[in-house]
Amino acid sequence: MDQRVPILKIGGVLLVSIQIDLQDQSVLALQEDLAEKISATGAHGVVIDISAVEIVDSFIGRMFATIASISRLFDADTVVVGMRPAVAITLVELGLTLGGVRTALDLERGMKILEQLRTRDA
Amino acid sequence: MTADAERAQTLTDLLRANSEPLIDQWVSAVAALLRGRSTRVELEADFKEFFAALLPLVGRDGKDTGGPEFAEIRSLLEEYSRTRVRAGFTPSETAASVFSLKRQVFDLTENSDDPQMFRQLMAFSGLLDALGLLTFEFYARARDEIIREQSEQLLELTTPVVKIWEGVLAVPLVGTLDSARTQVVMEKLLEALVETGSEHAIIDITGVFAVDTQVAQHLLKTVVAARLMGAECIVSGIRPQIAQTIVALGIEFGDIVTKASLADALRHALRREGVDVVRREAQ
Amino acid sequence: MPPRSEGPEELPISGDDDVVRVRQLVRTYAQDTKLSLVDQTKLVTAASELARNTLIYGGGGFARVEQVSDGRRAGVRASFHDEGPGIPDLTLALADGWSSGSGLGLGLSGARRLVDLFDLDTEVGRGTVVTVTKWKR
Repeated sequence: MDQRVPILKIGGVLLVSIQIDLQDQSVLALQEDLAEKISATGAHGVVIDISAVEIVDSFIGRMFATIASISRLFDADTVVVGMRPAVAITLVELGLTLGGVRTALDLERGMKILEQLRTRDA
Repeated sequence: MTADAERAQTLTDLLRANSEPLIDQWVSAVAALLRGRSTRVELEADFKEFFAALLPLVGRDGKDTGGPEFAEIRSLLEEYSRTRVRAGFTPSETAASVFSLKRQVFDLTENSDDPQMFRQLMAFSGLLDALGLLTFEFYARARDEIIREQSEQLLELTTPVVKIWEGVLAVPLVGTLDSARTQVVMEKLLEALVETGSEHAIIDITGVFAVDTQVAQHLLKTVVAARLMGAECIVSGIRPQIAQTIVALGIEFGDIVTKASLADALRHALRREGVDVVRREAQ
Repeated sequence: MPPRSEGPEELPISGDDDVVRVRQLVRTYAQDTKLSLVDQTKLVTAASELARNTLIYGGGGFARVEQVSDGRRAGVRASFHDEGPGIPDLTLALADGWSSGSGLGLGLSGARRLVDLFDLDTEVGRGTVVTVTKWKR
């Protein structure tokens, strides 16, 4: 059951597409893998695609904030894309607002946001 | 106990022996009552099933209709009541279908002066009363379901989510908002954001006369949920009284964008979408 | 998958992957009971929080899921049982603990907001049972 979430590199952006029902170990492993990958590649952005994710509980929600904080240390931005309406409603009810994490409707828009942030910084 | 069982058998035997004429008369009586709104053929099919399910229950007084032995007749009556509701029959007409059998059975046993038979008939009468009352319950339940379905449909009709520009949705809310309705509308709005790929939604409450804490909370939660999905909501058309309520209730609208009118909200959304609206110079 | 019977089903919670299994079981019941998608998601999320609590704070235990009815509407009930240390201060445990970083706080109070009925039975030194129910709207 120890599944690792693959991390793809597209240009200067790391893409994490979550396609499995995440268990806590996989969440922790992903955080570690991402930190290493950002530092190794010097990526300027991270996109986490959760359009296939059916539930986000506080543990997974906290992961987004943690990943955003880690990438910031490496001067990279994080965008969470594709959150389903039911998941968003549930997170609000749960009391998680993911302060500080950028969001976008889909992958394309997420990439665009990262691009804009990069050109602004440059 | 054995004696009782034997006696009970006698009415059962009588009913079984006379099942065909009984069902026939029963169908005639109910068909006359319903004045042709149900055909004899339909009634006969239903009543044959009832009768078959009823026979093993003869001898019971109907105080335990929730029990497992009653499962079959319950489901038959439920189905019967449900179709009656849809077909527009009254609850009395529905229950009368069951009660009518009583008369046929009394006629059949008219000449009996056996006191045992009389006791059994009393029990049988109680049984039919209980079953008739069951149809009332099923009828009411089926009608509740229909009402609920209809109010949901009405909700869908009265709260459209419309696309007013590429990337901009609008929901004009009208009338009194209760908590359930607000919740449904808000879910629909969030779904529409994904379906249409829109990054902006305008919730216009010009037509809303009153907002309570719960409704305001739902509005707020929707705005936050939309933000989690990567979209922005603008609330427009807050009436002065509602503004007062919101302040009085101590509800924080925080950094949520609010505009006086739908037009202002649209202008804001368009600007965010990168669209400028300019008036052409008079030619 | 064929609809499950209304009868209860139990799953042990002794590891990370059990939390995922509990989520999936609760989702199956929620789907069979025809809860709306939002309500399914809320219930499964609550179950996830509570199963994790059972694992981390209760030292493991089991979850029990069943379909229930209050006569008017159907619903799904899930309960989480452990024989851990119990919860000494309920008020504190049910307060929002997100900012303090304590997982327990948001788990319990958050789960409570996501369901229609929330019941907590705990005894110090004996264990904890949390039962949640979500009705079909």
